[in-house]
This record gives sequence, structure tokens and C-alpha cells, in this order.
Amino acid sequence: MENLPLVPLIPFVSAALLIATAGRLPKMVVGLLGAGSIAVAGLLVLNIGIEFLRDPTPMSIHLWTWISINEFKPAFAFYLDGLALVMMSVITGVGFLIHLYSTEFMQDDASFSRYFAYMNLFVSAMLILVLADNLLLMFLGWEGVGICSYLLVGFWYQDPANGAAARKAFIVTRIGDTSMALGLFLLVAELGTLNILEVAEIAKERWEVGATIPTIACALILGGGLGKSAQLPLQTWLPDAMAGPTPCSALIHAATMVTAGVYLVARNHELFMMSPLVMSAIAIIGVATLLLAAFTALNQHDLKKILAYSTISQIGYMFLALGVGAYSAAIFHLMTHAFFKALLFLGAGAVIHCLHHEHDIFKMGGLRQKLPVVFWSFLIGSSALAALPFTSGWYSKDEILLATWAVPTLGPWLWAGGIAGAVLTAIYSFRLVFVVFWGEAKTIPDKQPGLRMSAPLVILCVFSIVGGLINIPLEQVFPSQTNAHATGPVAWITMTIAIVGVLVSYLLYLRQQINVEPILNKPALKKLRYFWYSGWAMDALYDRLLVRPYKLTASLLKTELIDRFYNLIVESSVASHRALSITQNGKLRTYAINLVVGIALLAAFLTGIV
Amino acid sequence: MELLNLLIILFIGGAAAWVGEHFSKGLSRWISLLFIAIAAVSLLEMLGNIPAPTFLKDPITKDPTTWLIHGKADWIPRFGISFELALDGLSLLLVVLTLFLGAVSVIASWDEIDKHQGFFQANIMWTLTGVIGVFIALDLILFFLFWEVMLVPMYLLIAIWGHEDKAKAAMKFFIFTQVSGLLMLLAMITLAIFVKDVNGYWSFSYFTLLDNNLTSSLATFIMLGFFIGFTVKLPGFPFHTWLPDAHTQAPTAGSVILAGILLKTGAYGLIRFTVPLFPEASIAFAPIAILLGASGVVYGAILAFGQTDFKRLVAYSSVSHMGFVLLGVFAWNALAIQGAVMQLVAHGLSTAALFMIAGALQHRLHTRDLQKMGGLWQSMPRMGALAMFFIAASLGLPGMGNFIAEFLVLAGLFQVYPWLAVVSSAGLITGAIYSLKLIQESFQGAPDDTLTPPDFSALAMSAMIAMLIGLIVLGIFPQLVLDISQPVINALTSEITL
Repeated sequence: MENLPLVPLIPFVSAALLIATAGRLPKMVVGLLGAGSIAVAGLLVLNIGIEFLRDPTPMSIHLWTWISINEFKPAFAFYLDGLALVMMSVITGVGFLIHLYSTEFMQDDASFSRYFAYMNLFVSAMLILVLADNLLLMFLGWEGVGICSYLLVGFWYQDPANGAAARKAFIVTRIGDTSMALGLFLLVAELGTLNILEVAEIAKERWEVGATIPTIACALILGGGLGKSAQLPLQTWLPDAMAGPTPCSALIHAATMVTAGVYLVARNHELFMMSPLVMSAIAIIGVATLLLAAFTALNQHDLKKILAYSTISQIGYMFLALGVGAYSAAIFHLMTHAFFKALLFLGAGAVIHCLHHEHDIFKMGGLRQKLPVVFWSFLIGSSALAALPFTSGWYSKDEILLATWAVPTLGPWLWAGGIAGAVLTAIYSFRLVFVVFWGEAKTIPDKQPGLRMSAPLVILCVFSIVGGLINIPLEQVFPSQTNAHATGPVAWITMTIAIVGVLVSYLLYLRQQINVEPILNKPALKKLRYFWYSGWAMDALYDRLLVRPYKLTASLLKTELIDRFYNLIVESSVASHRALSITQNGKLRTYAINLVVGIALLAAFLTGIV
Repeated sequence: MELLNLLIILFIGGAAAWVGEHFSKGLSRWISLLFIAIAAVSLLEMLGNIPAPTFLKDPITKDPTTWLIHGKADWIPRFGISFELALDGLSLLLVVLTLFLGAVSVIASWDEIDKHQGFFQANIMWTLTGVIGVFIALDLILFFLFWEVMLVPMYLLIAIWGHEDKAKAAMKFFIFTQVSGLLMLLAMITLAIFVKDVNGYWSFSYFTLLDNNLTSSLATFIMLGFFIGFTVKLPGFPFHTWLPDAHTQAPTAGSVILAGILLKTGAYGLIRFTVPLFPEASIAFAPIAILLGASGVVYGAILAFGQTDFKRLVAYSSVSHMGFVLLGVFAWNALAIQGAVMQLVAHGLSTAALFMIAGALQHRLHTRDLQKMGGLWQSMPRMGALAMFFIAASLGLPGMGNFIAEFLVLAGLFQVYPWLAVVSSAGLITGAIYSLKLIQESFQGAPDDTLTPPDFSALAMSAMIAMLIGLIVLGIFPQLVLDISQPVINALTSEITL
């Protein structure tokens, strides 16, 4: 276990080497270093995991005191428990497969080395995020993954559109991060510490459940989670972030970073339980986000954007789980989602790779025989995403929905939202499969994915199917779920609802039995669909509400109004200089008159006449 | 008076560099570096003579014998003016920063200066002499002397070697500093007169003047004289308008010194003089100062975003970052002041580096206009990667010193003025907005294939890497710096509670 600090260190050193050598290493070495470092980190995690499962007592490793000012002493210290282990395994495990895949996907890119430097740096930051024993160190990882996401979204920097997407991703999440930072300031001011265990302990001593201060603290910290995890109202950056290379979307914008918000709440669940109000808000935000994103996913035709919205939607389920106190279910879904969503993104990458960078699903079609490995990947990934029975997604989503039903008052409403979302998920995920892999072939693939791309797909297929059977060691981390599981119709609906969605999708997109085109093209519905397509017009809203006013303010202030005041002083001195220099005209006559008038006035003044 | 050696070495170094030009072109640069190195060695030697525990012990602010180094000699005894130099943890950090960035500034202008290279180097060295004098002079008149000494060579650097609009910018810089300096001088003399009336003898010594029992209204006036003097230099909102002009027009070395070191004298003055000399007046004034600080943070950031000139943008970012210093000083608790001190060091490094990049770009492209840049990463990947790093540092990314600084300032401020901390935190967002605009418009975007400027030279790289390592060390092991300033801040915060 003493090896724990090496887990984030190895990818970091690899990233530093890649940056220092600045692309001078041969691609072979870069690939070995880039993917190999994650493999080594993964093996270390495996080793640590085996040891931990043998003796599952949480442990901390204190490396050094980061800051020490009076009583405020955050440390560079790692904390290992079941939750950290699950997260580490996902990050290094799925992370390694994605790195391996990348060695082939990116092999023709001129900036091969820069890509792996960013990816390794990301993995390192993400590992620090999940291992940190205090919120300040977590914030380091938190912002670290943010900048790596920025760098990777804008990886192909030559196109300004990618730069814009990268900036949007960073700035929108930064808004959330600032909220989180304020939450940390509040904790420092009120509790004097940022150590996660101490915060939980002291909070329980000092605060009452439902009091104002814990509610504010939780709401502020949640803001960070909403930003990173692309939940309402900060979800707008994720679809744009698809501008980055697809494997990085798989790693950052599907499997790991975007779920950091879920981890944040789960890790601090004792703090969040101090505020039932914030917990309800989390559940409601989760349901609202999952529905909103599902409607949008249904109307997209860019392969990666469909997956991006489905990610937002699936994280909505995780937030729902957190909000109803089903922390284990949230983390369980986080893990299964990492499997099947990474699979889908890597599959999408393979499609795009083999189809000359085509993104539009309606320009694809008939790829079932042409790209068999990819087809099976998509079929399995979509089944898990739709939560068809016995896939990994089914186990985790089932747990979430049943736990939701069991919540008093709000529960059934939230459950209904989740069920509606499940139907939509099944429809859009199989719409994807049917449109891309059945029907007539519109674009012919010019190559096949090689071994380094296919192997990760196959492995992730396996995990997407059986991942639901993994028993994650969270019993000691979270309070046990006391709510009795629902039985009868609720349980049956929850378990089988996805099949309905798939059937609908089958009828609509494959058999095309029901011709919905005329209905869909009615003006009112067309507008509604466009509204959904645009992500409920939230980009336009923010553009008018925030972006344009900010730009306008900047352009108005640009000329520096304050300087006008100082310039006024300059101008008035110049003006008085001019005025006075008129009197100095060299004419004796004027001087004499001035002299006489002056003396006369002075005399008049002194004698009291005036 | 061993501290005097530092000043003498740098001053002679300047003269030698001037003379050295006559022997060989380019020699003066090496002479400057040599004398900065000698000054650094002599500083190390001085520090070596101090027993280690002294560094960790809280000094007593009023008792110079508890400081690290103290020396005093008569100068104008008729008015109690003496040649009093002293060093504590705070000044030590700033002196080290000055020597380091002094060397960086020499390297930054290595190939940039064609005319009067020797005199150019002399002015750099004399500015450094003045700045270090400011950091170690503890007699108010002596302090004022150095305050003026650093001004004149800096004025010449801008006026002689500046860019297209140098005369106006240099004049603006000079007048702003001079007017505010005059206010400060008046405040100093008034203070000394009143203390003389009580004590019965003249003294301009900091340690004597700390014991003043001024009535609150009088103290407020005198305090404002000091406050304005230092805040103009900082520069704090709304006295900042000289800075963008001066920076834009200054040669690279001038910008590096200006942003990296000269601004810090204002911050130093606030921590060393304004609050300790007038604690009660400062308490009453703190909300206004903090409001100005918060305005500076947000205003500077919004204006930075509006700029299209690389250097001007970075100059406004300095206004924003120095706002944090004002916040930290007037929040006056250990967290916040430590944050402010860290900001001085970290901002010194990150901004010096950004100005060096700006200078390198102007030297290669003959423009500072962001709209004429784009895609420069293609031809200058090393410079691009470094620009990315320093921009990330400057936007407060954890892992670098600037984050530690801003986090501590805001966490400290939150404890006293939570709402103003909330407003100031907007700086974290606005900071990201202008920073990312800067990197986008210069190094990212579509490359212009007709432009193939050469990348950084090995010498420039060594300076950049040194600053890069410095910022990472500050971010990961900030305690190395915090430990040096901690005793001073402990002493100040325990003696004065706002």
C-alpha cells in the first residue's frame, strides 16, 4: 500500500518526460511511455486492490504538509478506501484501454507526443482528485483535470472552433469551480479544516441538520459538481467538448472527469446529509437533466453529440441516486457507465476513423457487415446504455430507480421521471444502432480498426455485459440502504421498461412501420424538435444573458473611462497654459494696461470700495 | 551595515556595465549578470552568518535587534535622519525576487537593445539598486530617497528604449509616481513633526515612528498619504491607468522589472508602513481599501479581456492580480497576508515570464497586436508550451504559486468580509476568460505559413525554465516561502488586529 503515491506519480512523470522531450522521441517510444505508464499504474492499483480487499481498513498516507498557517494545515495526503479503490480502478483500467486504443487512433497525428502528454497528465490529475484526503488537494486534481480537458478539447488548435469549444468547457466549469472554492472558504472559516474526514466529523458536532450554513456550504460545493458533471444549469459545455479527439472524449467526457461531481458528493456524503434541502435539489436536478438531455439526444444526428447528451443524461441518473441517498448505486452506475460509455465512444471513434471523419449518422448506414467488431461493440454498448435486462447498465439503473421509488413523498415522482428517461434512452440508443448499422450503406469504410483498437473494444464489451456482477467494496464507505426494495408492478416496470423503448425504436427506425414523418414535420412539432435539438435553447439564453453583456461591457470599458479623468487634468493644465500665455504677448501696451488695471483693482479692494 | 554592500555592488555594477560597453559590444550584459551574481552571493553570505533559529523566531516589529539584520549610521542628525537598513523575512523574500528577476530582465533584453547597450544595462542595475534600497531602508527619508532612485532609471528605460509612444508613457509613469510620492513625502514629514512634538526630538526611524499616538482624524489623513503613494505604485484601482501605457511602451527588460518587482514596492509599503504606522486609521479604512481591491480584481480582468495588444492585456491582468494584494493586506489575518505575500512572488514570476514572451514576440513579429497573430504554436512550440504554462499559472491553476496566493487571500478575506470575497472570487472566472483569449489569439488558431519566427534561444529557455520551476515549487511546496514570511506576519498580526 506504500505504493499508493506512485499511482498518480507514474503517469505524471511520463507526462513530464513527454513534455520535456517535446516530440523528439520516436512514436514507438511515445506510445510505450504513454500507454505503458497507465498500464503500470493499473497493475499497481490491482496490487493495492488485492491487498485492500484482504484487509479493508481505510488508510491515509501523509506525504507532506502542503500549507501550514496557524491552524490551517492542508496536506499532500492520500486516503484509500473502497470508494477510492473503485475510482482508481476505473481510471487506470478504462484509462489504459483508451490509451492503448489511442496508440493506433492517433498514430498519423503529427502531435502524437503532445496528445499522450496531455492524456497522462489528465490521468495523474484525476487520480489525485480521487485519492485526496482533503478538499484543497482534491481541488488541485479538480482543476488539473479541467485544464487537461481544455487542452485536449482544443488539441487540434489550428481550427479556431476547437479553441472556442475548449474555452467554453473551461470557463463554464470554472464557474462551478468558483462556487466550489467559495464553499471551501466557508468550510475553512466555519470549521477551520478541509480534511474530508474532519469536515464530516466537526460538521456533525457544530451544525444541526437542515441549518442554514451547512445548506449554503453544500449548495456552493455542489456548484462545482454541477459544472464538472455537466448538470443543469451548467451542462452546455459538454456537447461542444466533443471537438476533441474521440478517445479523449471517451476517457474524459464519458468515463472519468465528468463523473467527478458524482464522486465529490459521494465522498462528502456526510456533509451533504446535513442539508436535506440540497439533497432534494440534487435529485430534482438529476431528473430534470436526464430528461432534458434525453430529449436532446433523440434529436441529434452527430454521432458524438448523441453520446455526449446521453452522458449528461446518465450522469443525471447518478445525481438522482445521490439525491435519494443511494450512494452505492450512484457509484455502481458510475462504474458501469464508464464501461459502456467508453465502449460506445471508442466504437464511435472507430466508425469516424474508418469513414473519413464522418460524424452524421444519417450519412452512415449498413455498417453491420462492414465493421463487425464495431457493430457488436455498439450493439452491446447500446444495450447496456438502454439498460436491457442482464447488461451491466440494467443492474445499476435498476438499483437507482428502485431506491428512488422508496423515497417518501417525492420518490414516485422522481421514479416516474427516471422511467420516462429510461424509455427515451432506449429509443435514442437503438435509433443510433439501427440508423448506423442497418439500412443502406451511404459511406464505405476505407479501413478496418486494427488490433490495438479492436482489443479494447472487445474487453469493454465483456465488461459492459458482466460489469453488473462486480461487487464493489462500498459497504464501509456509505450508510447501508435501509429502504425495502419495491416489489410487484413497480419492480416489473423498472426492470423491463427499456424493452418498450427498444421496440418503439425498432418500429420507428428499423421497420419504419409507423410513418411519423408527416407528424414530425408539422410546423409546431418541428419547432419543438429544433428547440430540443438546440439543447433547450440554453446556449442562446446564456449567450444573450451572459456572453454578450460581458463582451459589451469589455468593449465599452476598453477605452478606460477612468483615464479620462486624468486626461482632464492634463487638458485643463494645457488649456490654462494657453489662456495665460495669451497675456504674455510681448506688447508693452498690454502689460502697462494690465499693470494699471491690476493696481487699481488692488487699491479698490484694499480701501474697501469693492 | 553589511546590507549596504548589496546596494554598492549593484550600483557599481551599473557603472561598470556602462563603461564595459566601450570595450566590447555585448560585454555590458555579462557585467550586469556578474554583478547580480555577486550581490546574490554576498546576500547568501550575510544570511549564512545568521543563526538558523533566528529565521523561525517571531520578531518584535518595534525592536530592530530581533530582525534578521539591522544596521544604522548617522546621516543628517540635525533632523534625526539616519542611514538605517534592516532585513526581515518579508524584505528577504522581496530582495531575492528582485535579484532573480533582475537577472531575468537582463536575459529578456539580451538581443533586443541596439543603441547604448551599456547605459541600458546601467539603468537596469540602478533600478535594482533603488528597489532593493526600498526593501531594506527603515528610515523614512532614506526610504523616500530610494523610492525616487528607482524611478529615474526606470523613466529612462521607457523614454529611451521604449516603443512607438514612449515619451508620453514615460511622462505619465513619472508624473503619477511623482505626485503620489510627493503626497507620501508630505505625510512622512507631517508624521515626523507630530512625533517630534511628543518625543521632543526628531526621528525618521521606522522603529521610533511606530510609537505614535496620533488622533484618529489626523492619522487618517497621514495614512491616506501613504496609502495613495503605495496604491498608485501597486497599482490599485482607480490609480492604475499609468500602468498599461508604461508596460506597453517599455522595452522587455523594463516590463519585466516593472511588473515583476517595481509594483511589489507598493505592496511592500502597504504591509510595512501603512498598516503598522496607522493601525486604527487602517481599520476604519479597510472596507474602502478592500472595495478598491475587489473593484481592481474585476475591473482589471474585464479590461484585460477587451484588449487587443498582447502587452496591454498582460498589464491589465497585473491590475487584476494586484487587486488581490490589496484585499490580502487589508483583510489583515495570517491567511490573507500570507496570500498577498505569495502573490507578490508568484505574480512576479508568472508576469515576468509573460512579458518576456510578449517581448520575444514583438522582437520577432514587430507587432503586439493579437489580431495579427495566431497559430504561432506551429512555428514556436517551445514558446507556445511555455506561454500555456504561464497563462495557466496566471489564471490561478492549482499546482502553481498563484493559486496558493489567491486561495489564501480569498479564504482569509472570507473570514472578515464574506460578501466582498464572493465579489472578488469573480476574478477566478474573469481571469480564465482573458487568459484563454490571450493564448487562443496568439499561439492557437490557424497558423500563418508565411511566418516562421525562430523559437526561444537556449539562454531564454534557461530563464523561462527557472521561472517555471519556481512557480511549481511555490505551488507544491509553498511552505518554503511561507515559512520565511510567517514570523513577520505573526508579529504584525499579533501586534495589530484590524
